[in-house]
Amino acid sequence: MTPEKLKLASHVTAINWNRIEDDKDVEVWNRLCNNFWLPEKVPLSNDIQSWATLTPEEQLLTMRVFTGLTLLDTLQGTVGAVSLIPDAITPHEEAVYTNIAFMESVHAKSYSSIFSTLCSTKEIDEAFRWSVENVNLQKKAQIIESYYYGDDPLKRKIASTLLESFLFYSGFYLPMYWSSRAKLTNTADMIRLIIRDEAVHGYYIGYKYQKGLEGVPEERKEELKAWTFELLFELYENEVQYTHDLYDSVGLAEDVKKFLHYNANKALMNLGYEAMFPAAVTDVNPAILSALSPNADENHDFFSGSGSSYVIGKAVNTEDDDWDF
Amino acid sequence: MWGWPVKRLALQPQVSSWKAKAMSAVAAEAAVTAIPSRNTSSRLIYFSSSSDNTHRFMVKLGMDAARLPIYTKEETLLAQVPFVLILPTYGGENRSGAVPKQVIKFLNVEQNRKLIRGVVGAGNTNFGETYCLAGDIVAEKCKVQHLYRFELMGTSEDVARVREGLEEFWTRLSQTKALA
Repeated sequence: MTPEKLKLASHVTAINWNRIEDDKDVEVWNRLCNNFWLPEKVPLSNDIQSWATLTPEEQLLTMRVFTGLTLLDTLQGTVGAVSLIPDAITPHEEAVYTNIAFMESVHAKSYSSIFSTLCSTKEIDEAFRWSVENVNLQKKAQIIESYYYGDDPLKRKIASTLLESFLFYSGFYLPMYWSSRAKLTNTADMIRLIIRDEAVHGYYIGYKYQKGLEGVPEERKEELKAWTFELLFELYENEVQYTHDLYDSVGLAEDVKKFLHYNANKALMNLGYEAMFPAAVTDVNPAILSALSPNADENHDFFSGSGSSYVIGKAVNTEDDDWDF
Repeated sequence: MWGWPVKRLALQPQVSSWKAKAMSAVAAEAAVTAIPSRNTSSRLIYFSSSSDNTHRFMVKLGMDAARLPIYTKEETLLAQVPFVLILPTYGGENRSGAVPKQVIKFLNVEQNRKLIRGVVGAGNTNFGETYCLAGDIVAEKCKVQHLYRFELMGTSEDVARVREGLEEFWTRLSQTKALA
């Protein structure tokens, strides 16, 4: 494999959506299109009263968290997703990356919608200045960016998946926390839409990484696996500092770190690797988990219940139409 | 296409070979209202798309299991004994489209619906309300329990929990004579 510098796709042919090489491309394209949304559809102004109940410190934290997320979305929209296009295996994969790139720009803009609804221009400008000056935030962007401009297509996909599935979560924690306390609930609704999109992005880029591994010599596979864990550690150490820097003022840092571990595991799984953090440190606050997904609580583990009564399967007259697809 | 996951699982071949199927074709046809299917005596039947997340979970589980065909155009399986279905949900807006078409095809066979005893769902909490929704829908439709949920390819804790839970589940079912 000859490493190449990042460049535009060297040759373009007319894309034929009636001739599909990888069904996953169509599946993900359709999923992304069905999930499409715009910030203007979310009634953020309903959060104005709730915003006023936050302390100045909590407001500052929230704004900083959102400018941090804005930076990641901007990086992913302007460089990350676009940098994956030249190495795409199929023309439809290229198209999916353009979809991802645009949606990341929508995400980046959506934070500005929150700001313009809830904050003054002066506060907004100060928060953006903070995002330029914060060492840990800049560092995480720089680490990822260096691989986007680097010469290894597979490392680019690893870095991109870790951004999509891990780096956002120190930020996503906060709106889920507010939501669990019935605060900024419309903002949280919008963040859930972003989380859903990033989940599809991380899943897809991780899948394409695994496709890219097919046919690669065993030795290089091992090297890339080791590299993935090294990069994750490097990013994790930085995330821990970033987390303390942001959340120590409100005493939430330890809770956020559990959420980081939990999501780091999921990022690894998207790349086809085993979870790294043990259950003892991934016990995310149930309130945060249920803000994320109402189905995620322990009560849904039937095996853990008393299990005294089982409902026995019975044949139901089911037709194709019955299934609602 | 179909053969490889079974091989990779390194399990006993649970799907009868074409030859065996041909030999028992007459009997099978009679029992299954002429829907061509491949017989399986596995107590675990699962669907996993080409992303292989659920498949990886099943490999880690290390129990005898049969994988549903990846493509809907392929012939589906025909369960011969009571089984638990493991299936993933991909992020969607709502109920529509949550259950993979391959699973629908499988459950549209009456005998398969008769023999399903429980569901284990795979998914991602990042999909919010639709987390493991396909498992909920199938459990509801088939009037069985959604036994457990795990994310992506599952953690080692999930694997241990499901292995233990399933063993207990089958034991209890056999006590209630529901394990035909």
